[in-house]
Amino acid sequence: MASLREIQTRITSTQSTKQITKAMNMVSASKLNRAQGNNANFKPYMDKLQEVISSIAGGTSGATHPMLQVRPVKRTGYIVITSDRGLAGGYNASVLRDVYRELKDKHTSTDEYRLYVIGKVGVQFFKSRNIPVYSAMTGLNDQPTFVEVAEIVKQTVGAFSESEIDELKLCYNSFISVISQEVKIQQLLPLGNIEQSASDIMYEYEPEEETILAALLPRYAEGLIYGALLDAKVSEHAARMTAMSNATDNADELIRGLKLKFNRARQAAITQEITEIVGGAAALE
Amino acid sequence: MNTLHVNVVTPDGAAYEGDARMVIAKAATGELGILPKHVPMVTPLDVSVLKLRHEDGGRTLIAISGGFMEVRPDTVTILAETAELADKIDYDRASAAKVRAERRLQDTKLSEREFRRAELALKKAINRLSIRDMND
Repeated sequence: MASLREIQTRITSTQSTKQITKAMNMVSASKLNRAQGNNANFKPYMDKLQEVISSIAGGTSGATHPMLQVRPVKRTGYIVITSDRGLAGGYNASVLRDVYRELKDKHTSTDEYRLYVIGKVGVQFFKSRNIPVYSAMTGLNDQPTFVEVAEIVKQTVGAFSESEIDELKLCYNSFISVISQEVKIQQLLPLGNIEQSASDIMYEYEPEEETILAALLPRYAEGLIYGALLDAKVSEHAARMTAMSNATDNADELIRGLKLKFNRARQAAITQEITEIVGGAAALE
Repeated sequence: MNTLHVNVVTPDGAAYEGDARMVIAKAATGELGILPKHVPMVTPLDVSVLKLRHEDGGRTLIAISGGFMEVRPDTVTILAETAELADKIDYDRASAAKVRAERRLQDTKLSEREFRRAELALKKAINRLSIRDMND
């Protein structure tokens, strides 16, 4: 049996670990809150954009734009959203596993895809498997603003417009609830069918519709990527919060077990001491 | 009904919401003044300063970087990537950005893409700074 002192040391160290996980849990909870706020702030922008685009699409028959057209796929772009830091449970592992499987299933050579990776964990994952990462972005803020991510967003949308890639997929964790997030691999470009709404308002366009559509569709695609990023951030904080609350619970359990062991060992030591004294006294008689 | 309801929305949230008697914006095709009961319209906007004239004679200036404007008879919605009210602009930062962009444009080895980016950055910086002069 381990000595009393050894057990005591383990209890102390587990307790301090528990304090850390508990603090991280609370930090994540507040970050989660703010991330959800950001998400809510972003929604009106996207809704409005969608509304205007669908009314243009509904108003003009045969509005065409390269972003709407499906072309033969020679190369696929993937935007993979992971986090910079670990300790978030299965958050990174699950999205990376799915992307890895998708790459292995759908592509035979590395020329057929291009990876845009957000987050250190993802970059390292692909590096260690010798999968080329075309573009990486790390050190993203916990509450990213649109301007901060504009770079990677415009890069991917630009690559599609310039036919460097023929479709673009978004891979990220989508937030369902605090305890569950779902990996999504979602086709972003070409935009495919934009819902057409026969709006009751007839807009005038200045300049003509085609030009406006050409200006709006990239915005829309950028908005979708930014939306996914916000969603992924919410999931990240939620995943970390859950992971840390589990860790705290585990620490509690461990401490309880150790305390029991400690008390038993202490009792055993006392019993032994008494036995020795009694034995010693008996020997003297 | 003599006023327009104006919404300025960015991806980071609503930047402004209020009523105005007239909205003056710089569209890609030129400057536009929107009064109530305007015909519904959609137009892209330049990197520019949006001016709102209020009923009480006051005005609000908002620096916007691109985006577009949707006009309905009683509401105007502006979607921009960034939008800042005059008092929220960090002039020191804008000045620094201007200097940086100018220096970058001196570089003759820039690719066309880089050049356009620097040019846009300069445009945004100048746009933000221009609000200060209008306020004086």
